[in-house]
Amino acid sequence: MTKNVFAHETTLYENKFPVEGGNFDKAGQVSSQIKAILKRMKLSSEIIRRVALVSYESEINIVSYARKGHIHIQVKPDYVLIEAIDEGDGIPDLELAMQQGWSTASQRIREMGFGAGMGLCNIKNFSDFFRISSDVGKGTQLKMVIKIDKIFDGI
Amino acid sequence: MTLREVKDILDAEVLVGQEQMDKDVKTAFGADLMSDVLAFAKAGSLLLTGLTNPQVVRTSDVLDIAAIILVRGKKPSPETLTLAEELKIPIMTTKFILFETAGRLYQRGIVGCMERVDEERVRT
Amino acid sequence: MDLAAIVKALGLKVRSGADLLDRKVTGGFTGDLLSDVMAHSSEGNLWITRQVHQNIIAVASLKDHAGIVLVQGNEPAADTLEKAVKEKVPILVSDLSGFETAGKIYAILKVRGV
Repeated sequence: MTKNVFAHETTLYENKFPVEGGNFDKAGQVSSQIKAILKRMKLSSEIIRRVALVSYESEINIVSYARKGHIHIQVKPDYVLIEAIDEGDGIPDLELAMQQGWSTASQRIREMGFGAGMGLCNIKNFSDFFRISSDVGKGTQLKMVIKIDKIFDGI
Repeated sequence: MTLREVKDILDAEVLVGQEQMDKDVKTAFGADLMSDVLAFAKAGSLLLTGLTNPQVVRTSDVLDIAAIILVRGKKPSPETLTLAEELKIPIMTTKFILFETAGRLYQRGIVGCMERVDEERVRT
Repeated sequence: MDLAAIVKALGLKVRSGADLLDRKVTGGFTGDLLSDVMAHSSEGNLWITRQVHQNIIAVASLKDHAGIVLVQGNEPAADTLEKAVKEKVPILVSDLSGFETAGKIYAILKVRGV
């Protein structure tokens, strides 16, 4: 999927939400907000679930591993774009990071029920398009697209 | 089965969502790993867990979980309770361990959610 | 109730300890947090979990569990299996979710009055 294909389409909603690294008390707040917004836009519950899930796992990753970051969301008639960009240590070996079960999580993260090496797999599995890139010492960028089926999702 | 029946079967105490006890549930997922819950739990399920932090409520919100059942008499933190009130997600606590909680509910007809949620969206 | 009866009733796959299935099961315990399992499970318990890393063997061995059931079709990691053989910990694999696995084992144990 390239940008140009959809360039002519109206943006129904767009926003950039800052995410604080290390602040577990707030982790998930952004995803709850995004979910509430999509609900008001009357997207189907299945699309909302998938967007919220992908955004939530990304948010947990930023809180767990980065200094700070943001989640950018864009809703178009045909799809929802979610980007999670962070400033942090980055990921040296992306192939390894994508393996289910691989994790560098601290005990604290594990005690919260995360850090089992499933986050990125979940994000990939629930997206229609997924791309990850990382610069060691700088940060990590995730880009996800969830397609909206107009017939079923009615917007 | 209604949440009220779930409460009775588990001899549970309702901490949040007393007004939602007529809600109907058919499926349950038991786990202590939130990413597992995110990958497998179906909307409208009960979430049985030993975790009590606010992320349990966030995860439940993301997935439209019907109610959280804390096992082995665990009590949530004040932050968890506040968030559950805010997001209107019922929380109960039962004295039974997760094994017995699952056993009792399964015996009464609640089923698991084995399919991956992302496969469910396949439409004909 | 021994492990063999549970293996047969649920159609579990035996990944280690095929010669140890005469072990008695005193009850079940479901949990994915190792510290929780250490603190609250008992000797002879059949431990149901989705964790597959090698630390589960140390926990099962220290707590004298009858065995471990991995759920959702999760297979033990290679080093986990190696350790299981060495420590004589039976590892069984269930294709069902933790909820259903617990539900079925609970029913069997209850009927037989364990």
